[in-house]
Amino acid sequence: MAIRLNVNGKPVSVDVPANMPLLWVLRDELEQCGTKFGCGAGLCGACTVHQDGVPVRSCVTPVSAVAGKSVTTIEGLSPNANHPLQQAWLEFDVPQCGYCQAGQIMTAAALLEKNPKPTDAEIDAAMDGNLCRCGTYTRIRKAIHRAAELTRAAKTNREE
Amino acid sequence: MKSTRRFFLQVSAGATGSLVLGGGIAQAQRPGRPAGPPILPSAFIQIAPTGMVTLTAKNPEMGQGIKTALPMIIADELDLDWKMVTVVQADLNEAKYGSQSAGGSRSTPNNWDLLRRVGAAGRLMLVTAAAEAWSVPVAELSTELGRVHHKASGRSVGYGELAATAATLPAPDLNKVKLKDPKDYKLIGKSLPIVDLPAMVSGKPIYSIDFKLPGMLYATFEKCPVFNGKAVSANLDEIKALPGIKTAFLVEGNGDVSSLASGVAIVASKWWYANEARKKLKVEWNEGPNATHSTAAYNAKAQELFAQKPAFSIRKDGDPEAALAAAAKTVDAKYTFPFISHAQLEPGNCTAKFENGKLELWAPSQTPGRGLQMASQALGLPPADITVHQLRTGGGFGRRLANDYLVEAAWIAKQLPGTPVKLLWNREDDMRHDFYRPGGYQHMRGGVDAAGKLVAWHDHFVSFGEGDKFVSSSNIAPGEFPAQFVPNFGVEATLIPTGVPTGPLRAPRSNSLAWVIHSFIDELAHAAGKDPVQFRLDLLGEPRVVGKGMEAYNAGRMRAVLESVAERSGWGKRKLPKGRGMGVGFHYSHSGYFAEVAEVSVDAQNRVKVHKVWAVGDVGSQIIHPSSAANQVEGAIIDGLSELMNQEITIAKGRTVQSNYHQHQAVRMKQAPPEIDVHFIKSDNPPTGLGEPPLPPLLPAVSNAIFAACGKRVRTLPLVKEGFRWA
Repeated sequence: MAIRLNVNGKPVSVDVPANMPLLWVLRDELEQCGTKFGCGAGLCGACTVHQDGVPVRSCVTPVSAVAGKSVTTIEGLSPNANHPLQQAWLEFDVPQCGYCQAGQIMTAAALLEKNPKPTDAEIDAAMDGNLCRCGTYTRIRKAIHRAAELTRAAKTNREE
Repeated sequence: MKSTRRFFLQVSAGATGSLVLGGGIAQAQRPGRPAGPPILPSAFIQIAPTGMVTLTAKNPEMGQGIKTALPMIIADELDLDWKMVTVVQADLNEAKYGSQSAGGSRSTPNNWDLLRRVGAAGRLMLVTAAAEAWSVPVAELSTELGRVHHKASGRSVGYGELAATAATLPAPDLNKVKLKDPKDYKLIGKSLPIVDLPAMVSGKPIYSIDFKLPGMLYATFEKCPVFNGKAVSANLDEIKALPGIKTAFLVEGNGDVSSLASGVAIVASKWWYANEARKKLKVEWNEGPNATHSTAAYNAKAQELFAQKPAFSIRKDGDPEAALAAAAKTVDAKYTFPFISHAQLEPGNCTAKFENGKLELWAPSQTPGRGLQMASQALGLPPADITVHQLRTGGGFGRRLANDYLVEAAWIAKQLPGTPVKLLWNREDDMRHDFYRPGGYQHMRGGVDAAGKLVAWHDHFVSFGEGDKFVSSSNIAPGEFPAQFVPNFGVEATLIPTGVPTGPLRAPRSNSLAWVIHSFIDELAHAAGKDPVQFRLDLLGEPRVVGKGMEAYNAGRMRAVLESVAERSGWGKRKLPKGRGMGVGFHYSHSGYFAEVAEVSVDAQNRVKVHKVWAVGDVGSQIIHPSSAANQVEGAIIDGLSELMNQEITIAKGRTVQSNYHQHQAVRMKQAPPEIDVHFIKSDNPPTGLGEPPLPPLLPAVSNAIFAACGKRVRTLPLVKEGFRWA
């Protein structure tokens, strides 16, 4: 049965079982491999994508649940990989192995959308579902603050 | 040896028109290495006519940053403009590149000399080409940012224009080539843009799991839940009829779980179908003799063995028993640490293609050379018929020193000639079929004299193995600290046989031993009425090298990091609120000296908060990439916290109980210390690796801080078993 959804701004139709997790639709049907498989059980956050702007764990989200919805993955976060979070990640050399970082960035992007100036505690709470096995948390936290700054600065510039 | 051969340039090579710098160099050009074929600069350096340079990264990249650091070493000696450099990952070819592995924090020390010489040889060839073109002496020329300059005449020329001529010149001898004075380094010591970082943050398919080939199928491999059990039969016909399934078959295995375990392979058009089919899979297993093993039985056996005489001696200096009897104060304590899993985030996987008798592998291995040999043996193929491509991997931590995923993929692909197959484990496979950090039990006895000096030490180490043969990564070295620093010193051991596969986990042995040793030293410091840092300084004594060869221990380097971390943390100088304490630990491993201090609070409900950790390390004269280096230390500290608080693998009925991250928990952001202070002391020693040595001191530093904060001495890991949890 064909399931229609919107991925990174493009309408797509996939002919897969309704219970196939979105993660595997993205990775193996749509060839978008930026979203990562870590645990398959919603425990590590490596597979985080946005469903209508809200972060979800794609490894435990059946594709049928996103029929007709908009999904954004790391590949679609910004036009030229220049989202303030992506810039800040480069500035602080955040990743080690980097495998979790797409999920970290997607969770952080959703946080900044609704809270443009999060505190440490708010960041910690939002990021709790994202495991970094290499332990880059202190840099992730710093980079989120930096991205918030960059976003505010860009906004101020636009308004001036 | 004199160089007699001539360079030849592969001008025609490559559709990009790149020139390959280098060519034949005389024999005996593997500096510091066993004899083998010569290593050529052309293996590592390609210069295009435009001046763009491609450098080859030889070793596996798993997040330790070696894909950036090793090319930086070449680039500095070659005086390149890093903006003109592209880094490519080498395929496995140890004849061409030298040893290619990532383990034991050896990538930097093993390549520091070689790659500087490769860069310097390349530079000499380019400079010589310019000297000949301009008819000036080489000595009058300098290089900078990919150009050769002749100051006297004001002339300069880009490397791209020189490469063709350079390659026709006599070969420099790598052993004789002149290296830069370290004060002239321009790239080494700078936090240059990390290779692959833009690809990582934009979701490019750069990992092993992302690699795809046209027509590729996907496989899962269900192994016997009991280690080394065998698949007898399975409902293969039912499985083959399920959606998306192409085939399914039994794999007999070869009796070695580090090579090819027995199990059931399911191959599908897409991985999810293969994984989903496992829900319907029914296998009859012959579980074999390991089915009776359990953590509970190991624990009971250890207590029984503690009551008996140790089975064998590992080291004895002086008379520990007499010294204990004569000591002013003694401490007697039993420590226990568990098996733990690597739990690297990217599950085991490998892509394989078998066609016309030849095998091609795309693998995330830390030891691809060993992987090739193992595939060769398991499949009965000549090594020359196997190609291994190295792919970036989502974490190693020692798990990918083993090559079981590689051999499994190769075996499955061999059953489907011409069809590429990607084997991918699910998380449960990965956690339940690891080569675990072995647990252990240590009965420690120590004594101090009336002056508070440590005079007696005895350790009865109950570990795993047969007779006096330890299983992998479960042993204690005879020179392990504080051996050589205590006059009456004994380590004896008794081994419990185990069927549980064990292997190196980041800072193998050290990751558990440092916790026991420095927790116990802390107990002795308190018994002696001494400050824990001062007690350790007294134990180390005067700056000097103690012991020889493998046992050489530089007390001066350790004193320096310990004194520095005490100063940076304000040790003994700050008044801490009630319920808050500081703890210290140090450890020498993998050629690195590290001391760490943790500041911790513990509340009335035993909730632990690590406020700050200070780490000071000495890994030699150069920190190649300071930002990556600090990242490794920060990560090791957080990794250590995970091991300390939560992680434990238990065995019941011969199988691993834990299956996923909810049962083998790693630290989350809110539990990570808000601040980590990392400092390096640059000593006059060759640069050594950083993946491992920062981890071991963290565990005792936090354990000892918990004692300082609340008076509870932790002797069993993980801390959750002692009633602690994160705040």
